[in-house]
Amino acid sequence: MTARSPIHLAVALDGAGWHPAAWREPDAASGVELFGARYWLDQVIRAEAGLLDFVTVEDAFPVQSEDFTGSDTRTDRVRGRLDASLIAARVAPLTRHIGLVPTITTTHTEPFHVSKTIATLDYASTGRAGWRAQVGLRGGEAPLFGRREILTPRLEELNGPEAQALIAPHFDEAADHVEVVRRLWDSWEDDAEIRDAATGRFVDREKLHYIDFEGPHFNVRGPSITPRPPQGQPPVVALAHASKPYEFAARSADVVLVTPHEAGHIAPIVGEIRAAQSNAGRADEPLLIFGELVVFLDVDPAQAFARKERLDEAAGEQYRSDASIFVGSPAELAELLELWADSGLDGFRLRPGAVPADLDAVTSHLVPELQRRGLFRQQYEADTLRGLLGFERPANRYAAVVAAA
Amino acid sequence: MTSGSSITEGKPIKQVHLAAHFPGVNNTTVWSDPRSGSHIEFDSFRRFAQTAERAKFDFLFLAEGLRLREQNGLIYDLDVVGRPDTFTVLAALAAVTERLGLAGTINSTFNEPYEVARQFATLDHLSAGRAAWNVVTSWDAFTGENFRRAGYLPQDQRYERARSFLHAAQTLFDSWHGGEILGDKESGTFLAEPQPGTFSVHDAFFDIEGRFNVPRSPQGRPVIFQAGDSNEGREFAAAEADAIFSRYGTLEAGQAFYQDVKGRMVKYGRDGDQLKVLPAATFVLADTDEEARELAHQVRRQQVSGQTAIRMLEQVWNRELSGYDPDGPLPEIDPDPGEHTVARGRASVRMVRDPLATANEWRELAAAKGYSIRELIISVTGRQNFIGSARTIAESIDELVQADAADGFILVPYITPDGLGEFADKVVPLLQEKGVFRTEYTGVTLRDHLGLRPLPAEAVPA
Repeated sequence: MTARSPIHLAVALDGAGWHPAAWREPDAASGVELFGARYWLDQVIRAEAGLLDFVTVEDAFPVQSEDFTGSDTRTDRVRGRLDASLIAARVAPLTRHIGLVPTITTTHTEPFHVSKTIATLDYASTGRAGWRAQVGLRGGEAPLFGRREILTPRLEELNGPEAQALIAPHFDEAADHVEVVRRLWDSWEDDAEIRDAATGRFVDREKLHYIDFEGPHFNVRGPSITPRPPQGQPPVVALAHASKPYEFAARSADVVLVTPHEAGHIAPIVGEIRAAQSNAGRADEPLLIFGELVVFLDVDPAQAFARKERLDEAAGEQYRSDASIFVGSPAELAELLELWADSGLDGFRLRPGAVPADLDAVTSHLVPELQRRGLFRQQYEADTLRGLLGFERPANRYAAVVAAA
Repeated sequence: MTSGSSITEGKPIKQVHLAAHFPGVNNTTVWSDPRSGSHIEFDSFRRFAQTAERAKFDFLFLAEGLRLREQNGLIYDLDVVGRPDTFTVLAALAAVTERLGLAGTINSTFNEPYEVARQFATLDHLSAGRAAWNVVTSWDAFTGENFRRAGYLPQDQRYERARSFLHAAQTLFDSWHGGEILGDKESGTFLAEPQPGTFSVHDAFFDIEGRFNVPRSPQGRPVIFQAGDSNEGREFAAAEADAIFSRYGTLEAGQAFYQDVKGRMVKYGRDGDQLKVLPAATFVLADTDEEARELAHQVRRQQVSGQTAIRMLEQVWNRELSGYDPDGPLPEIDPDPGEHTVARGRASVRMVRDPLATANEWRELAAAKGYSIRELIISVTGRQNFIGSARTIAESIDELVQADAADGFILVPYITPDGLGEFADKVVPLLQEKGVFRTEYTGVTLRDHLGLRPLPAEAVPA
């Protein structure tokens, strides 16, 4: 047993799993089942049985495509998806402990709607909502809304100066979006609803606040229509692969998801994010850094390799990912996670290669292995997602202003 | 025998449709009552929905608000304030109910067709075919201050845009015809065709194209509700809607409205039974009619306090009137005929089309009855439709439906969330005894409950 702090563990739910041929596995859900409530509920219940911190639900406005710059015509892969925030809402009343983190795009949405969506998810889950904020720059995405033109960067050149210049304004907009959402969450003080029969007042309007955000993309007056959510500020999660997204995450997020491919990558990434966090004036605030891994697991590692090979064959090509791909046994993965955690990561978001096999391996084998190593919780220690992540419930920024005045 | 029998003689007996509106703003509740629970906590919605489902109601309905109301430049604090997000609550309610329809208002001004269509298609999938959309429009710059789109839309374009919005959404719903998800693991064919969901809409309001990413939902699209009362609103309903929320819950006004909107359907080639007329209705239930009348009076006094009466008077007068005594006579000063500035974010203000005429009517009524300001407001803003014993209420509902004043009612209890319970326990069994209300759900989808024909699997050929 070590004295190190336990790691945090999340899983990323998407389609039939992250491998493009996952839907063809014999135990995979049927095509139409992917669009039903039961399938999503089952996955979250499995994740909760494994005591995981949270699940994320992937989402995007365009149909999935191999080509980031536009729609493809493939018929051999999962196409179509449901709105992630509503999937999260649908499972919320039937789960008790696990955090629910839907993906919502910042680029084409109204911060006012996003704020009340997540606040309401927080009410429906009694304090377990989060939000993975993502920019929406895929080809063909902007024309779905017809409100603006957006140039799509080439993924292969994402770290080049041209692509970085192209995406920078969208990450700035995303930061403004998160800022508005956060201000709206605080726009009601916790005790604004007074129901004072003596004076006839339902609310104390002194405890409702205009947020008066003004920026290049939107102005939002507030207050929110929805009272402050149970957690005060539901955690914001961001996936980041490059400097500009790191800056965005350091400024706006509570959990940043990063994609090192070996232990040696971790220190530089963490260093860059911590520096950006400091520059954003958030050095004292908690910001957890999670590593991303796509996982193909079997207690017998040979079986895991065989399955991965079978999937690649079905897909007609070797699986590639922005994240590191792990194939092996849960015990080997636990070893790797411990090493990576020692290199500076606070936790991991695992992307199951195929559901249910890899999700079950995480909850039934990886988690017990991590527990045995003293790296993971034995039971849920908190009722809220903030609590599971070790965050305090934050003071309301507007209440603080009044108190200081 | 009920008086309705003479009106309905010889006609087939209609089935009553019942729905439940979660009570909130607009002084529809008595929030100061000790039994009154949260308007925000999910548990309130769960209890309300499960009561409605236990009573075999057609659907539950949620209204929407996108800006806290203001009066005299301050956030209005005398009524319930705040609500959760419509889509999110409905999706969560799908988890704790099995058959109840899930209807919500979603504004077409401060949303885009692509995201609204995908949220409703998703809700329909996640509820196995129980979603409904009450399409409303708004143009006010006040609400627009919370949105990117702001308040740019000229008032006269709002129905035009709403219609375009709905057509764009329909195009998206119909962009998948059903059957595209093959999921043949053996051959590796997930999609039966390469690019389902392809759409394009180019009109005066929208310039959108691409592929919709939600496969066809169980109902094909959500059930469409309409709530506007203007000529344009009625026309819109006759052409497009599956149900209309009306304000006419009395016999004569209800019959006139019913005939009007169903009459308008002919020119769109639609049958009258494919548009349900559902007035909103409150009820006050007690053991006897006399007790109910007494209780109803108390409820009204609790809903309209002296200061609430002054605020409501200001909404017509368009003036600050806090110096007036609510227990005294109406102001002699006339309403300010200029642009309405006193109350903001309140649709009811726009329904008073001639404030001076309304003021004169109210003065005459107050003079004739000897009403104070508060008594007058209690009288003229009365929202109580059904007052009486369970038997009286059941008979009234049945009569109004059989007489074609309505196809059913959307009930708003005055206690949140448990005020629906006594209706479920006492009135519904009487309607069931009369054979005019279902004792079990006979269908699966909301379209089934409402007696709407299923949409053809391929509504629009590609």
